[in-house]
Amino acid sequence: MHARVLIRPKAGILDPQGAVAERALGALGFDGVKGVRIGRLVELDVADPATLPEMCERLLANPLIEDYEIIESPA
Amino acid sequence: MKFGVITFPGSCDDLDAQLAVARVGTAVPLWHADHDLQGVDAVIIPGGFSYGDYLRPGAVARFAPIMTEVIEFAHAGGHVMGICNGFQVLCEARLLPGALLTNTSLRFVCRQVSLELVNPDTAFTREAPARLSIPVKHTTGRYYAPEPDLDRLEANRQVVLRYAPGENPNGSARDIAGVINEAGNVFGLMPHPEHAVDALTGSTDGLGLFASLRGCGL
Repeated sequence: MHARVLIRPKAGILDPQGAVAERALGALGFDGVKGVRIGRLVELDVADPATLPEMCERLLANPLIEDYEIIESPA
Repeated sequence: MKFGVITFPGSCDDLDAQLAVARVGTAVPLWHADHDLQGVDAVIIPGGFSYGDYLRPGAVARFAPIMTEVIEFAHAGGHVMGICNGFQVLCEARLLPGALLTNTSLRFVCRQVSLELVNPDTAFTREAPARLSIPVKHTTGRYYAPEPDLDRLEANRQVVLRYAPGENPNGSARDIAGVINEAGNVFGLMPHPEHAVDALTGSTDGLGLFASLRGCGL
């Protein structure tokens, strides 16, 4: 099974990287851009997709500061 | 008093930490891949970029072989100090509350900072001065914990060190520079006391944090 894990900074946590990208987009003339948040994408092939949540909780994400979303797709 | 200092691949302050603790006791180098604390009385997790800081700083080091013994040692009441990357490792291992995030400035910060000793009544701080001048050097040092947790940390006197007013180099919540666990035997801080043990480099204020641990064996 192929899976993608989207990892995002939790709501309310300051994301300076997102803020910089937002300002840079404005400087390029893209008006009206708000709420830019930058996270991580992990792609992986797994034998047992049922283990994905534990992988996220223990290693791929830090649940104190990050939310994760698992998207499974056929390999 | 034997101080174990762990070396991970990517550690860079392990030698300075060994030299610092050698001023108040005996330094025992510990290797990340061993399952052996060699009978030390306290463990120092030094600064650097363990395992390249890949994924998140400390996220991989937290599962290094020797961390099994460090976690057992801490749960048994042994004293563990994490400096900079070591602080990140202890947070990832959930031996300390909170997490360290990228500096608000997104920049690597390297400078001397003034610190206030908030709690002098810990095993790590009883011989430390009330105000310390110690260097910081990091990119991922913004201390974060949810607001209710911060309230609880302050109420329990678990906030041990703060950046002095106007000195916060990284955007840390409530100017927090160092925290201790509830049991009082695991301590993490972003500034580098091991770089402040000799007048030649401008400050000896860091020495007290190591000297305090004398007599703290299990």
